[in-house]
Amino acid sequence: MPDAFLLAALVGLPFIGAVVAGLLPTGARNAAAGLSGAIALACVALVWTAYPAVSAGEVMRAEFAWMPSLGLNLVLRMDGLAWLFAAMVTGIGALVVLYARYYMSPEDPVPRFFAFLLAFMGSMTGVVVSGNLVQLAFFWELTSLFSFLLIGYWHHTEAARDGARMALTVTATGGLALFAGVLVLGHIVGSYDLDAVLGAGDRIRDHPLYVPALVLVLLGALTKSAQFPFHFWLPHAMAAPTPVSAYLHSATLVKAGVFLMVRLWPVLAGTDAWSLIVGTAGLITLLLGGYVAIFQNDLKGLLAYSTISHLGLITLLLGLNSELALVAAVFHVLNHAAFKASLFMAVGIIDHETGTRDIRRLSGLNRSMPFTARLALVAAAAMAGVPLLNGFLSKEMFFAEALSAEAQLPGLLNLLPFAATVAGVFSVAYALRFIHGAFVGPDPVDLPRQPHEPAAWMRLPVEILVLTCIIVGLLPAATVGPFLAFAVRSVLGEDVPAYSLAVWHGFNLPLLMSLIALAGGVLLYVRLQRRLREGPEGAPLLRRLDARQAFERTMVFLSWRLARRLERLAGTRRLQPQLRLIVGVAIIAGGSAVWLRGFGPGNLMPSSVDPVLALIWMVGGACALGAAWQAKYHRLAALALLGGVGLVVCVTFVWFSAPDLALTQITVEVMTTVLLLLGLRWLPQRSPAPMEVGVLPRARRLRDLGIAVGAGGGLAALSYAVMTRTPPDLLARDFLERAYTEGGGTNVVNVILVDFRGFDTLGEIFVVAAVALTTYALLRRFRPAAESVEIPEQQRELAAASAAGPSIAEGHANGWLIVPSTLVRLLFPVMLVVAVFLLLRGHDLPGGGFSAGMVVAIAILLQYMIGGTTWTEDRLRLRPRRWIGGGLLIAVGTGLAALPFGRPFLTSYFAYADLPILGTLPLASALAFDIGVFALVVGATLLMLTALAHQSVRGHRAAARRPTAAPARAEVLIPAGES
Amino acid sequence: MELVVSLAIGVLTGSGIWLLLRSRTFQVIIGLSLLSYAVNLFIFSTGGLRTGAAAILARGQPGTLGEFTDPVPQALVLTAIVIGFATTALLLVVLLAARGLTGTDQVDGREREG
Repeated sequence: MPDAFLLAALVGLPFIGAVVAGLLPTGARNAAAGLSGAIALACVALVWTAYPAVSAGEVMRAEFAWMPSLGLNLVLRMDGLAWLFAAMVTGIGALVVLYARYYMSPEDPVPRFFAFLLAFMGSMTGVVVSGNLVQLAFFWELTSLFSFLLIGYWHHTEAARDGARMALTVTATGGLALFAGVLVLGHIVGSYDLDAVLGAGDRIRDHPLYVPALVLVLLGALTKSAQFPFHFWLPHAMAAPTPVSAYLHSATLVKAGVFLMVRLWPVLAGTDAWSLIVGTAGLITLLLGGYVAIFQNDLKGLLAYSTISHLGLITLLLGLNSELALVAAVFHVLNHAAFKASLFMAVGIIDHETGTRDIRRLSGLNRSMPFTARLALVAAAAMAGVPLLNGFLSKEMFFAEALSAEAQLPGLLNLLPFAATVAGVFSVAYALRFIHGAFVGPDPVDLPRQPHEPAAWMRLPVEILVLTCIIVGLLPAATVGPFLAFAVRSVLGEDVPAYSLAVWHGFNLPLLMSLIALAGGVLLYVRLQRRLREGPEGAPLLRRLDARQAFERTMVFLSWRLARRLERLAGTRRLQPQLRLIVGVAIIAGGSAVWLRGFGPGNLMPSSVDPVLALIWMVGGACALGAAWQAKYHRLAALALLGGVGLVVCVTFVWFSAPDLALTQITVEVMTTVLLLLGLRWLPQRSPAPMEVGVLPRARRLRDLGIAVGAGGGLAALSYAVMTRTPPDLLARDFLERAYTEGGGTNVVNVILVDFRGFDTLGEIFVVAAVALTTYALLRRFRPAAESVEIPEQQRELAAASAAGPSIAEGHANGWLIVPSTLVRLLFPVMLVVAVFLLLRGHDLPGGGFSAGMVVAIAILLQYMIGGTTWTEDRLRLRPRRWIGGGLLIAVGTGLAALPFGRPFLTSYFAYADLPILGTLPLASALAFDIGVFALVVGATLLMLTALAHQSVRGHRAAARRPTAAPARAEVLIPAGES
Repeated sequence: MELVVSLAIGVLTGSGIWLLLRSRTFQVIIGLSLLSYAVNLFIFSTGGLRTGAAAILARGQPGTLGEFTDPVPQALVLTAIVIGFATTALLLVVLLAARGLTGTDQVDGREREG
């Protein structure tokens, strides 16, 4: 089997299985378990297939291109260490699946459980076979995520939710630190590839960034492996279903941290900083975990703290900077996985069959479940380090290392043998408590369920694991020897120090320490009997030290108090400060660019000033300043001045050879002005009050004036600088060359809009359509404020007339505005012809869909203004929404029409047609697109205008219905949807 | 000529921003309109100011930058004018609705205390 396929399948299969399991119906317990079992067994088989190559010292490698430009590839790599961990992950995974099938209640949504479990298995395999550090960090975070989902599986209980959240917060934060550390390592080495990094050990250790990288990576590893001071999440993760604890919190997840430390051992270890951090954390965890474990009343809590302690032991071994200690650490990882997983499963059985895990309530289970009791006894003995079991072997190695370690920490070293013995005493004591408390003694009373042996299949995984403990304990060299050998070789290279896996090493100091630990443990347990039975839960002296509370307090501070304080400090709900901030940032950004890069004269000589344009702009500038001056109290004047500015801008466009812009600007100008005029009537009246202006408002105004002058001056300087430099012409040259030859039009601006950048225009008309519809929707639910304008005399007369008789209800019949209305009506067809003309010639001459649409809209608007809403709508059937929809359909349809011809979306086609009378006409498919734009602009503009116009009709109608109310104060709220 | 146009842009920007920082909705709308004139002119001016240059190609010939104006800023500004119109309309309606709902035309929907 090719390496690539094998490795990809090993990582991919569990994820595929997870998706399939997740799609199974909620009650499909057997199907989900069967699927997961099959996948886990397949993975075990895959790992076994890799055995011959890996045991020969080969490194299997598969590379898939991911981001080659960044030198990042998806690399899967399996050497001895990865193989060992992969075997552990998949093997114990298979056993846990079998166990979980019988453990999980049919009422739970079991397929989801198996989906998470498989996904976790995939992520964990991903961690161990990653050949790329970034990828490793990715899978690392995936394990955090899926462990969160698994711990929180019973999300209806608060403990599960809190435990899951805490585990995720701690381990995922560690994962982020790891990611940062990995980036630093990659920066030092110049590659994220594991082989490259492993080959650069000296370079990394000598680099000034070594310590930061080390601290960051270790933050990841120590949080994951629940090392002091991050150990507190593990006991709370015990809210998970027991199969999860057996899998994640004994064999796999928590071993990921250890795995990482072993993986990077050749690169990071061997320095004082390493042994100081890793060794200290390991030592404290070892003692603390063992001590607290003795006083746990919950069986799972006891196992959790014991796991913390054993992980501390492994970490301490790694921190000793000795190759033999590394061998012992890897060996203990395996042993611990075997006995701890089986102990967790035994606790699960007890919990499952009796309904409680409280040591104080349990007793004498030896009689009701003898098999389970014996299995647990053996596993607990292995945990305590009783001879002839696997735990004894690695513990002996640990003692030997504790005696002979050569780290540069003399104080720590003298302490080490004693600390190791004390830890041994603790582990004997809590193992005794586990066995004695649960299985020995009188028959239990008052249990939720009558205890009995579990189903044979549920016990099978425990039996297998316990058997492993015994066989490894009896025949270590023959069973685990070869695996351990090539795993260690893959880390240390060929010069592995000599070590012996024999059971009997003769009478020596480590054996003596073991005996002391056994005797001391028994003694300690006997002495503690009373306190354990009657005292409060929790370890003496340490009960106050509640890491969980500190964690919660930190979380509350970060997520609530700090956030609130920052919001109060830096946030505001008021618009003006926000706008001021935006403008201020823009000014500072522009200013700092000038500050940093300087502000020199351009390379072009400014052209001479034309007095006419200067004069025009003097008017324009005056209009702008006047608008700014008058906008508060004289809105109409400000609006007129704004229109003046628009006209001046329009003239400027003409002046500088941009006819299309001028055309669009002037039509838009008309529309904007009318819209704003329509809106004026709902704004409150305001007259200049000759108030005394206080100091504060005056200061505010001065500040705003400063900002305005600064921004204006800045933009003026910027544009002057831009204009006196040669403009870049890359795009322009291209468009000019291809507009006629490829786009079939001589009006380059129009060709750009409907052809070269047609997709942009399509997006733009969608925006315009959305805006029009939003306007319409807002106004339908709109509650108009009191109108501030009185109804004009004409309309009042008109209303009176229409009340008198429908025949004279037409505006002009009353004698108002007869000349303009006649003219406007006569102009209507003319304007439509102009619009069509503009539309058709747009591809070649100034014009196009936008301006043509605006002209039509203006033509109709004029009818509204002269004839009034009712009169116009009686005669013209406007359906703005259909125009919008039709326009969008035509535009999109034109784009799609290119697809059947095998061209990309919006490819245009063109030809010229010779028509009688009209002459030669450009007939590009872009014209159809432009027609779409045209229809949309007509529809959108009309929709906005009529929606606003109807508001006042509604208001007047409501006023008319309430004769008592003065007509000018139509404060009736119209029910939505009317008009 | 560049001086005139850049001064014009400056005056429009200054007036626009002054109005933008005022407290009444109508002032803000007028300010935004002025500001969009300024920005449109600025974008337009990045193509260089050319008096009397041809805007339309002769049929059958590819154009060169020597004889023609730069069409790219023009296309950008044309789009900006239309979008600016749409957003002004939307802003107007939103402000009118806010005025109907809150009873004031202060930008925050309530009169400043004190």
